[in-house]
Amino acid sequence: MSINWFKYASPQSFYPLAGRMVPWFMVPAAVLGLIGLYIGFFVAPTDSQQGEAYRIIFIHVPAAWMSMFIYMVVAFWAGLGLAFNTRLSSMMAHALAPTGALMTFVALWTGSLWGRPTWGTWWVWDARLTSELILLFLYIGYMSLAAAIDDPRRADKASAVLALVGVVNVPIIYFSVQWWNTLHQGASVSISRAPSMAATMLIGMLVMVFAFWAYSIAVALIRVRLLIMERERNSAWLRETEGV
Amino acid sequence: MARDLLIALRHRSDVLTTFFFFVIVVSLYPLGVGPERETLREIAPGVIWVAALLAAMLSLARMFGTDYADGTLEQLALTPQPLVVLVIAKVAAHWLTTGLPLVLVAPVLGLQFDLPADSLATLSWSLLIGTPVLSLLGSVGASLTLGVRGGAALTSLLVLPLYVPVLIFGAGAVAATVTGSGAHGHLTVLGAMLMIALVFAPWASAAALRISLE
Repeated sequence: MSINWFKYASPQSFYPLAGRMVPWFMVPAAVLGLIGLYIGFFVAPTDSQQGEAYRIIFIHVPAAWMSMFIYMVVAFWAGLGLAFNTRLSSMMAHALAPTGALMTFVALWTGSLWGRPTWGTWWVWDARLTSELILLFLYIGYMSLAAAIDDPRRADKASAVLALVGVVNVPIIYFSVQWWNTLHQGASVSISRAPSMAATMLIGMLVMVFAFWAYSIAVALIRVRLLIMERERNSAWLRETEGV
Repeated sequence: MARDLLIALRHRSDVLTTFFFFVIVVSLYPLGVGPERETLREIAPGVIWVAALLAAMLSLARMFGTDYADGTLEQLALTPQPLVVLVIAKVAAHWLTTGLPLVLVAPVLGLQFDLPADSLATLSWSLLIGTPVLSLLGSVGASLTLGVRGGAALTSLLVLPLYVPVLIFGAGAVAATVTGSGAHGHLTVLGAMLMIALVFAPWASAAALRISLE
């Protein structure tokens, strides 16, 4: 049996699939989010050094991970769209970018809320904070470039080039804590060694990470459906499926 | 490239505007901050580097803009030479008309800020290595925003975040000399950035130009 790998590469067949997938990600996002917040606020023990303030990591860490990861995915889809000239890939990249920007903003915001009680300052010009801020600027630049060009195909390609140029920044953010000796502490979670935090904290954080994943996927799917609808508004199949 | 240089020579005012923009911005700081020598020496590297960034950005629109407007760029793209070569020529012309004058005048401006002699040397070196990176990265931004509405503001939005690493290490090199910890490491990183930008930026700009010319 051969699989047609490209079946869902066309907007026409992806549109209904995306519609069916949205609830499958939206519901887990809500449920896991509630469980994660419950563990974070009521189950996880108080930290011996940071007190109650550390609880913001249940939002901060997943948001920061997603902000970097979504940028990689945006660049991946943008590059795919540039290389194979597939419309849907570029639409995926556009659909993900606002969520990525939101995650970056949330990571910066919660980080500063956390920094106030523990470091005693809202903001420091530390390598990781600075590079995360640059990531936010890159998202904004990507979205404004895409919005400034009227021809959608040209907008796809031009913003794809920018997304690929900006990829350089992601490893810099990720390794900034190791390369420069900074105020921001190193990662407490890694695959290769035992995590340096209590098990309930870890579980709470992982649950939140999955919630953020599910949320991002669901929102991106909703947005890509809207993009398809906007760009294919004159096609016959869309009129049929939507019954206009 | 010879043609670009010739045009730049004929339009001397364009080049001089960028040059004096740089000089004036740098000179504004002592007036705004106050003439205390200690403070000036501390802020000098950052001020001169930020001014260089802005000056390089100010002239980016000219890199491809006029050629795009009158159709020359399309003709150049049709010539048998690869587009990458064209981009490298354009970048080199841009650097010779904006980057190099900044490098030459920077030591004089450094004197205004009471920088010691060894810091002045580091300042020139860091600018000499750093300004080509600015021209290279700028070419990507300039070619992406060709013919886009609100192009100039958009270019700064795209290019300035990419300039940040150059700024950090360029100003860092001078600051390290002032404090006496040695600038060698910073300059090496700047050189590495130049090498990477030299390999990838013309290629990315050429891809962006092809998209703009479609």
